[in-house]
Amino acid sequence: MTTLTLAKALNEGLRAAMDADSKVLVMGEDVGKLGGVFRVTDGLQKDFGEDRVIDTPLAESGIIGTAIGLALRGYRPVCEIQFDGFVFPAADQIITQLAKMPLRSLGKIKLPVVVRIPFGGGIGAVEHHSESPEAYFTHTAGLRVVACSNPVDAYTMIQDAVRCDDPVVFFEPKRRYWDKADVEFGAPGLPLDRARVVREGDDVTLVAYGPMVKTCLEAAAAAEEDGRSIGVVDLRSLNPLDMPVVREAVERTGRCVVVHEAPIFSGLGGEIAARVTEQCFYRLEAPVLRVGGFSTPYPPSRLEDHYLPDLDRILEAVDRVFGY
Amino acid sequence: MTAPTAPPELVQLLTPEGERVEHPDYDIDLTAEEIRSLYRDLVLVRRVDLEAVALQRQGELGLWASLLGQEAAQVGSGRALTDADMAFPTYREHGVAWCRGVDPLHLLGLFRGVNHGGWDPYEHNFHLYTIVIGSQTLHSVGYAMGIQRDGAEAATIVYFGDGATSQGDVNEAFIWASVFNAPVVFFCQNNQWAISEPLEKQSKIPLYKRASGFGFPGIRVDGNDVFACLAVTRAALRNAREGNGPTLVEAFTYRMGAHTTSDDPTRYRVADELEAWKLKDPIERVKAYLFKNQLADQEFFDKIDAEADQLGKDLRARCLALPDPEPGAMFDHVYAEPHALLAEEREQFTTYLAGFEGAQ
Ligand SMILES: Cc1ncc(C[n+]2csc(CCOP(=O)(O)OP(=O)(O)O)c2C)c(N)n1
Ligand SMILES: [Mg+2]
Repeated sequence: MTTLTLAKALNEGLRAAMDADSKVLVMGEDVGKLGGVFRVTDGLQKDFGEDRVIDTPLAESGIIGTAIGLALRGYRPVCEIQFDGFVFPAADQIITQLAKMPLRSLGKIKLPVVVRIPFGGGIGAVEHHSESPEAYFTHTAGLRVVACSNPVDAYTMIQDAVRCDDPVVFFEPKRRYWDKADVEFGAPGLPLDRARVVREGDDVTLVAYGPMVKTCLEAAAAAEEDGRSIGVVDLRSLNPLDMPVVREAVERTGRCVVVHEAPIFSGLGGEIAARVTEQCFYRLEAPVLRVGGFSTPYPPSRLEDHYLPDLDRILEAVDRVFGY
Repeated sequence: MTAPTAPPELVQLLTPEGERVEHPDYDIDLTAEEIRSLYRDLVLVRRVDLEAVALQRQGELGLWASLLGQEAAQVGSGRALTDADMAFPTYREHGVAWCRGVDPLHLLGLFRGVNHGGWDPYEHNFHLYTIVIGSQTLHSVGYAMGIQRDGAEAATIVYFGDGATSQGDVNEAFIWASVFNAPVVFFCQNNQWAISEPLEKQSKIPLYKRASGFGFPGIRVDGNDVFACLAVTRAALRNAREGNGPTLVEAFTYRMGAHTTSDDPTRYRVADELEAWKLKDPIERVKAYLFKNQLADQEFFDKIDAEADQLGKDLRARCLALPDPEPGAMFDHVYAEPHALLAEEREQFTTYLAGFEGAQ
């Protein structure tokens, strides 16, 4: 067991993936000498060389487009998008090419490309550095979309994402990069497409992913003092959704609140709410509620605490779900 | 364009030692008053920048992107603009903002996280900062196409970095400008670095040479020479206004500070490089020129320093006094027209906040 930050756990996971398979490449802006702006790729270029850890020109479309070419040639590129708000120049390559090319080849082509994206707010950043663009990608067939929430999962999930033969959009909760946990090297994790119950509860189930898992756990701990038993499910996989795990947790409580930083409107919470309603209808005591961002662009940092779901917002929704 | 001998690769009119030099294609005739005023701008923008860095260190700004070392490129090009010209900045053009008359407090507001910009782009013909690398180059070309269609006597200038030249948007902007003969000046500040990546990661040829492939002229200017930056940009803007299309100006300079206050350049570049560029300081050479030619005395320099200190002090006080926006402000200006969803969310949010007031 070693105590690692989430960023370092990703780093160790990438290192293990590169050790295991010489076809694994890391590419992106500032991933080499600097080790990425969050140091997730720290030291990898030194140890694996410039051919495997590539500082690319400053062009996101180029990063993903060339990663596709490398994948066609048998490589497994792990691409870093520096911040969530900068994935959009690459959206064309991701949506029109990466997601669809394998199907067009009737399965002859595999594109094991990982697109790593630090996402979410809470770090006091300027515009375009705090976005939660996951729904754009979960809405795109052909992509697997995952989000880690803690160092232990980060370590295994990044390795599983690299091993996966499908393109994986891998969201990293940037405000949790410095959170620490004990990680066991070499230990296998839960499969990439599985959700995890991170806290059992009898009264209401919170469903979250990425940075909001920790916030939900804190809310659950606070609610316990008031005698409320709240369960928390960490989705981990956003496409596909692990509905059996969600269903079982919600059937136990009869109440469900979905929490994400992204705007509620047209967000992933809507999909989850619809599915929970369809699958747990007769067990539900109340409609599925959603807590999330507003239908505004991410606000300037002095307002982000008002925008981001916090304990109060979550517990207020918990109160409401009991009001039905 | 059939000069028997090629002009020097770098247009320079004032050496680092403060000597005036001639260039066959560019010259500039500046009065003593004009030179003193350029000097003043250089000193004042550096002071604004220093104050902002200090404010960030003290936790008053979330971030700051320093222009240290790039003052001449920004003041020279900024002062070349007429009121009718339109400038499109990145996030580092504090010196250009200054020349356009934008209150530096607005820049601090953005980096403090009070708003995403907030100045009126039309008031000073200085567009909002653009953080997404390269996007603004296309906007500037579109704006220039508008100028063209209006038959107006104006041009646009768009700022971007060496790293930005790799972006698709920037290359598309070059194509558009060329095909439509748009009145735009592409002003690339090659400060040698894109965060940790040196220029070799973006280009195998000098950046100004890229222009010829797109079908318009490219010029490399000493970006630490305010005279040359002014002369070259003025000529390029005039050319654009006269209907002769775009020009790429590569201002060859150096990012003396970190990429932003979040960055640690010791991880990727050597101190020697910095030392070499210190000798090419954009302000020292103007000072030396003014001194040597007895165009200014110590009293003048002292006066400018005092003015700079006062500016810094004043800016600091006004920055600290910047009120945080009202929570509801995040719902403002998202749409120009009434919007049902937003109205509903604003209403819910207001009720939610009011609930806390009752509880206290
Ligand atoms: C599309 C996009 N990708 C990545 C970034 C992150 N980023 C901010 S500044 C920067 C480097 C820019 O270098 P350059 O164009 O040379 O300008 P400089 O900062 O040196 O002035 C990067 C990669 C961004 N802002 N936008
Ligand atoms: Mg640069």
